[in-house]
Amino acid sequence: MSEFLQFAFSGITVGAVYAMVALGFTIIYNASDVVNFAQGEFVMLGGMSTVFLAAFGLPLPLAALLAILIAALTGVALNKLVIEPARDASVVTLIIITIGASIFLRGIAQVIFDKQFHRLPSFSGDDPIAVLGASLTPQSLWVLGGAAVIVVLLYVFFNRTLFGKSILATSHNRLAAQLVGVNVRFVLMISFALSAAIGAVAGILVTPITLTSYDVGTMLALKGFAAAMLGGMGNPIGAVVGGLLVGLAEALGAGYLSSEYKDAVAFVIILAVLFFLPRGLFGKTGTERV
Amino acid sequence: MLEVEGLTSHYGRIQALKGIDLEIAEGELVALVGGNGAGKTTLLRTLSGVQPASAGRIIFRGRDITRSSPVARVGQGICQVPEGRQVWGPISVEDNLRLGTVKRRGSDVAADLERMYAMFPVLKEKRAQAAGTLSGGQQQMLALCRALMANPDLLLLDEPSMGLAPLLVDQILEAVLALKAQGVTVFLVEQNAFAALKIADRGYVIETGKIVLCDRGQTLLDNDRVKEAYLGI
Repeated sequence: MSEFLQFAFSGITVGAVYAMVALGFTIIYNASDVVNFAQGEFVMLGGMSTVFLAAFGLPLPLAALLAILIAALTGVALNKLVIEPARDASVVTLIIITIGASIFLRGIAQVIFDKQFHRLPSFSGDDPIAVLGASLTPQSLWVLGGAAVIVVLLYVFFNRTLFGKSILATSHNRLAAQLVGVNVRFVLMISFALSAAIGAVAGILVTPITLTSYDVGTMLALKGFAAAMLGGMGNPIGAVVGGLLVGLAEALGAGYLSSEYKDAVAFVIILAVLFFLPRGLFGKTGTERV
Repeated sequence: MLEVEGLTSHYGRIQALKGIDLEIAEGELVALVGGNGAGKTTLLRTLSGVQPASAGRIIFRGRDITRSSPVARVGQGICQVPEGRQVWGPISVEDNLRLGTVKRRGSDVAADLERMYAMFPVLKEKRAQAAGTLSGGQQQMLALCRALMANPDLLLLDEPSMGLAPLLVDQILEAVLALKAQGVTVFLVEQNAFAALKIADRGYVIETGKIVLCDRGQTLLDNDRVKEAYLGI
């Protein structure tokens, strides 16, 4: 039992990270129909920028804040310079463009930062908390708490503010949004900034646990994508549930089978979802063929 | 209030508007009638700025807005109720209305909401429901009110009678007349030529991207060519 609990703790911790990545996918997908495979690079930018800014002597909270800002600006630039010029391209073309952008960002990161692994100190020390025979690190609580705060803030933003609702309205019917005077370009810009910022937060929170390097984004994007697919692309609740499930499946698979298979779990989930449940758990009806 | 001069627009290589000239005076209710594919919707889309003009000018209150963004045009007081209603299905009725105020001039949103609910009480009853659960007629009412929430000076209405039962058509057109009485200028685009020309001060007839007739509403109703082509008499 305590063994299971131990696996579950590590599962929901990484799951919360996947959930944040999947939320990033969801926000951009809803606003623009683009599946942004550069999503993982935002996570990398968050972690790496914080590490390097902290190394320059900035206090950690300030470094983290700046890192989030850097990622958000990168998101805005990605939209402006890469996605917007190709606005009329097909979905497949746009996906390939975002993959290209992610390779580009990784290349830049390799030059600006370096190719080493880096870590941040845990925010509240490393003394594990014992829970029913298993142990939970304080940093895990930071990750879970961070994810929970993001979910609550997003809920309030999209359901309680006129601007948040206008983003939803744009995703449901762009023409109608334009006709009431919603600035659709601004909505897209904010969506990219928001999802990049969320990715960066995930990257900062998880770096003390998993370390970071210039190329962590690829795997995170794929797992976040698996999570978003499992939950149903475009559904924020699905993204969170999907993220936690992928994280749990991965941790349990690694624990009970072999840690060799850890990364394979996400891909098995993508394949299974595509074969048996193409709309995901909470997906909308109707599929689009590409 | 609105002057359109030699307006053309293309979809790729297909020319949908072939030089439209028209004029709408402050407080007027002007109808535009014509068959399927004549360019009615394209004209409205071009007036709202969601479809680019290839040539010609659109002058609103003395200002050339031909190249203005859709957002700027809403800000200047031109609002459109699009063809097929286009309400946001999963969003509640009241939020659909509130979203009409994103570019609003003037501030008393609550009073305007009440005004809309007074005009169509059924919307008040269903204000917490998702807009997609409304009937076609109710969605048309919602689409109309959503545009009105922005306090428009010029209201562009695209086929408000489409797919509605005659009783509902009357109800919508009565609401349009009431708006005119309140001083809103209305440009009403309709395939239902009889209903539109009956309430309009003036009417234009459009055929394959060109204005072919322009006269008082009643005169057009008596015009043989109109009768034959659009009224089936």
